[in-house]
Amino acid sequence: MLKILKYSFYDLMRSRWSYIYFAFYLLLGFVLFFLNNDISKAVITLLNVIIVLTPLIGTIFGVMYYYSSREFTELLLAQPLKRSTIFIGQYLGVSLSLSLSLVIGLGIPFVAYGVTRSSAIWDFTSLLITGSFLTFIFVALAYNIALSFNDKIKGFGFAILLWLFMAVVYDGVILLLMMNFRDYPLDKFALFSMMFNPIDLSRVLILLKLDISALLGYTGAVFQKFFGTSRGMLVSMLVLGLWVVLPVWRILRLSGKKDF
Amino acid sequence: MYRISIRIILLLIVLLCCRGHGYANRIRVCAQCQYTSVKAAIAAAGAHDTVFILKGIYRENDIPISKPVVILGEKGAVIDAENKEGIFLVAADSVTISGLTLNNIGRSHTKDLAGIKTLRVKEFLFENNTFNNPFFAFHIQKSKRGIIRNNVIHGNAINEFDSGNGIHMWHCSNIEVTDNKVDHMRDGIYFEFVKHSKVSGNVSRENIRYGLHFMFSNNDEYSHNLFEHNGAGVAVMFSKYIFMRYNTFRLNWGTASYGLLLKEIYDAEIKHNTFEGNTIGINADGSTRINVEENDFINNGWAVKFLGACYSNKFLRNNFIGNAFEIAYKGSLNSNIFDKNFWGEYTGYDLDKDDYGDVPYRPVKLFSYVVNKTPETIVLLRSLFVDIINFSEKVSPIFTPDALKDEHPRMKKMKW
Amino acid sequence: MVIIKDLYKRFGSVKVLQGLDLTIDEPGIFAILGPNGSGKTTLIKSILGMVIPQKGDISIDGHHVLGQWDYRNKISYMPQIANFPQNLRVIELINMIKNLRQETRLDQPLIQMFGLTPFLDKRLGNLSGGTRQKVNIVLTFMFDSPLIILDEPTTGLDPVALIYLKQLIQQEKERGKTLLITTHIMNLVEEIADRVVFLLDGNIYFNGTVKALEEQTGQSNLERAIAEILKKEYEA
Repeated sequence: MLKILKYSFYDLMRSRWSYIYFAFYLLLGFVLFFLNNDISKAVITLLNVIIVLTPLIGTIFGVMYYYSSREFTELLLAQPLKRSTIFIGQYLGVSLSLSLSLVIGLGIPFVAYGVTRSSAIWDFTSLLITGSFLTFIFVALAYNIALSFNDKIKGFGFAILLWLFMAVVYDGVILLLMMNFRDYPLDKFALFSMMFNPIDLSRVLILLKLDISALLGYTGAVFQKFFGTSRGMLVSMLVLGLWVVLPVWRILRLSGKKDF
Repeated sequence: MYRISIRIILLLIVLLCCRGHGYANRIRVCAQCQYTSVKAAIAAAGAHDTVFILKGIYRENDIPISKPVVILGEKGAVIDAENKEGIFLVAADSVTISGLTLNNIGRSHTKDLAGIKTLRVKEFLFENNTFNNPFFAFHIQKSKRGIIRNNVIHGNAINEFDSGNGIHMWHCSNIEVTDNKVDHMRDGIYFEFVKHSKVSGNVSRENIRYGLHFMFSNNDEYSHNLFEHNGAGVAVMFSKYIFMRYNTFRLNWGTASYGLLLKEIYDAEIKHNTFEGNTIGINADGSTRINVEENDFINNGWAVKFLGACYSNKFLRNNFIGNAFEIAYKGSLNSNIFDKNFWGEYTGYDLDKDDYGDVPYRPVKLFSYVVNKTPETIVLLRSLFVDIINFSEKVSPIFTPDALKDEHPRMKKMKW
Repeated sequence: MVIIKDLYKRFGSVKVLQGLDLTIDEPGIFAILGPNGSGKTTLIKSILGMVIPQKGDISIDGHHVLGQWDYRNKISYMPQIANFPQNLRVIELINMIKNLRQETRLDQPLIQMFGLTPFLDKRLGNLSGGTRQKVNIVLTFMFDSPLIILDEPTTGLDPVALIYLKQLIQQEKERGKTLLITTHIMNLVEEIADRVVFLLDGNIYFNGTVKALEEQTGQSNLERAIAEILKKEYEA
């Protein structure tokens, strides 16, 4: 598996898109610092960018890599290798190279501007961790979609729809639901609805880190209990982990049954 | 020059001491002295005598002071009430208490036990004292023209119902509360029916209710204070003509926490204050004719939140930076003016280069309106969907009041 | 060597293999022929484990291979369309496959033979179709596998390369290997194949020598013989 991972990783790291992605984050980091020297403010701006962009890029790269490497995959399938080895290797290769672009691309400007010595280091680190989580989650979801559709166009279409749903539509639906049923106790519903969308979950996790927990806790005892303690952090991390494990497990199942 | 002034002071002291009834006595209290108890020494002292308490621990309580005396403590002079009663009961004018450490005041549900308690007195001076574990540290009733200066108060309050306030005033006037440090009490400083008084240079931290609490107090001023990590920040209620200047309200985070709570306030001035990292910077409930000028609102959950009827308030030349919500309101919001403020989230332009943006800024976001109606929706804070609805509302306002806007938003942060 | 029993495969509602039985127990060159959609590629991919049959059994050298993977060490497979990762260089691809399977020195003479030396440092995305096919050949023949499967191996090759390919195939046969080849070039089959396996409607229609097929259909060459069979199909 490591060999496949290595090859997929190198293959992607050398592609133009990885450079563009990397350069984008590098530029973003420097521009943010250039505009305001305040690191914690930069972290908030980055939050907005990361929770939208990493899922989008993860989805698109995942689908794109799957379809563009289909013949290569067939070549690998004819070699004495387990199917799970091939797909998990590729999946990890894509996810790792994207995460690395994110971490290094943003890491350089942050280190250059001395975030390691500031108190925002933990906020920044958790931002990078959740960004990587989101990458791993959405590449896995993209692989699920790509494995389900042989038609490239359909696969791309569904992938974009998935992103749109997770990033925008889901929150809209939740907001409308909450406003319609505002006479009922909603705190548990609000919490649970965040668990079912990794983008929301990551956003909430970073907000917790950014000390807006009290703001979130403003609404009621359930929120306060959840957001005010380390339990909230733990549960969120766990669910985020599940969001990686379940799609990966499904990749294994789908790829085991698929004809090439 | 220095020497001359010392001479003048010495001369003054001599003149003061010799005034009226010959020499003022100096009575010493210590384990080997004539007086070994503070109570006995004060009872024995004549008017205008000085009782000098030497280093040592005096386990005493309930000490009445019924004549104008000066009570001085040597460094290390401790009076320990052993959680039984209060310590000094001041019932005479012109009393000075200085340099003492007063420990372990008793707790009671019927009596307001305090380290220093006054009733109907004038011209007192309480300074440089330290209070450890008091129920109340100062309990000042119906007194006037006094100074409470440079005292340090460490409480260990846990619940609101069985703890007292650091500096508690009731029906007083012309009091100065200066440069004190109060922590872990119920309210750091509490004013009820207090007029023409000044609170300045104090640090009030980690009190379980308010750092500073004003009730029914008019014509007061507080400035250059620091209020930090208090349960619910600072509350000013049912008061008129309060001036709040150069104070810092910081990190009052919590589910029911604010930097400054205004309730039924008229004609106040809030100027040059810093509100930083509070759940709510200013929570205004039924406040009218308040001038909020040249303050910094930085990284609060809500910079300003209006509840109930708030009329004719002015927000001029303030900096709003990095707040999750800038302005939120519930209820009617009439004839309030926002002008020439700097809004961190303003994205307009300044083509005529007059330092003011050419398009008005609307500080009430659609999402802030939504959160007010359905508080649980706050979990969607900073999501893309919320950005989108905020943007569309900005382009064509439907829900947010058209009148609430800043016609001259500053392009850059202002400095005072 | 390869024993296939009662193999069924359908894609959706399209039935491709319907109870196919095939035994290949001797070395030599087997041409797998059949009209479009007769299941040639599906059969090959089933042997390789790339297509998973609904029913049936495949065993190689006495081992059941469905769901297994390490048996592929014994197989060299040359896929139909040689599309490799665009960003890899030729030498990297060769080294990678070596790395994934085992070390071999057989690649050097093959690279020489097909004149690939100047292309070794080029990215695969920049190569012409024919050159890519040559790389494909190198990747297939550089291992000493007892079973070699070639899917349309001649696509895009120039005449010289074609001659070399045929040489290679003969050489492997002489070494006692089994080769399965699908192709549409009947001359090639006539020239090299020991046996013809003709697939029709998801089953084996004919399994025997070229000569036997010609005799059975009463035609003088293979192309006509095949046409004869298909004509019946079209009429039916």
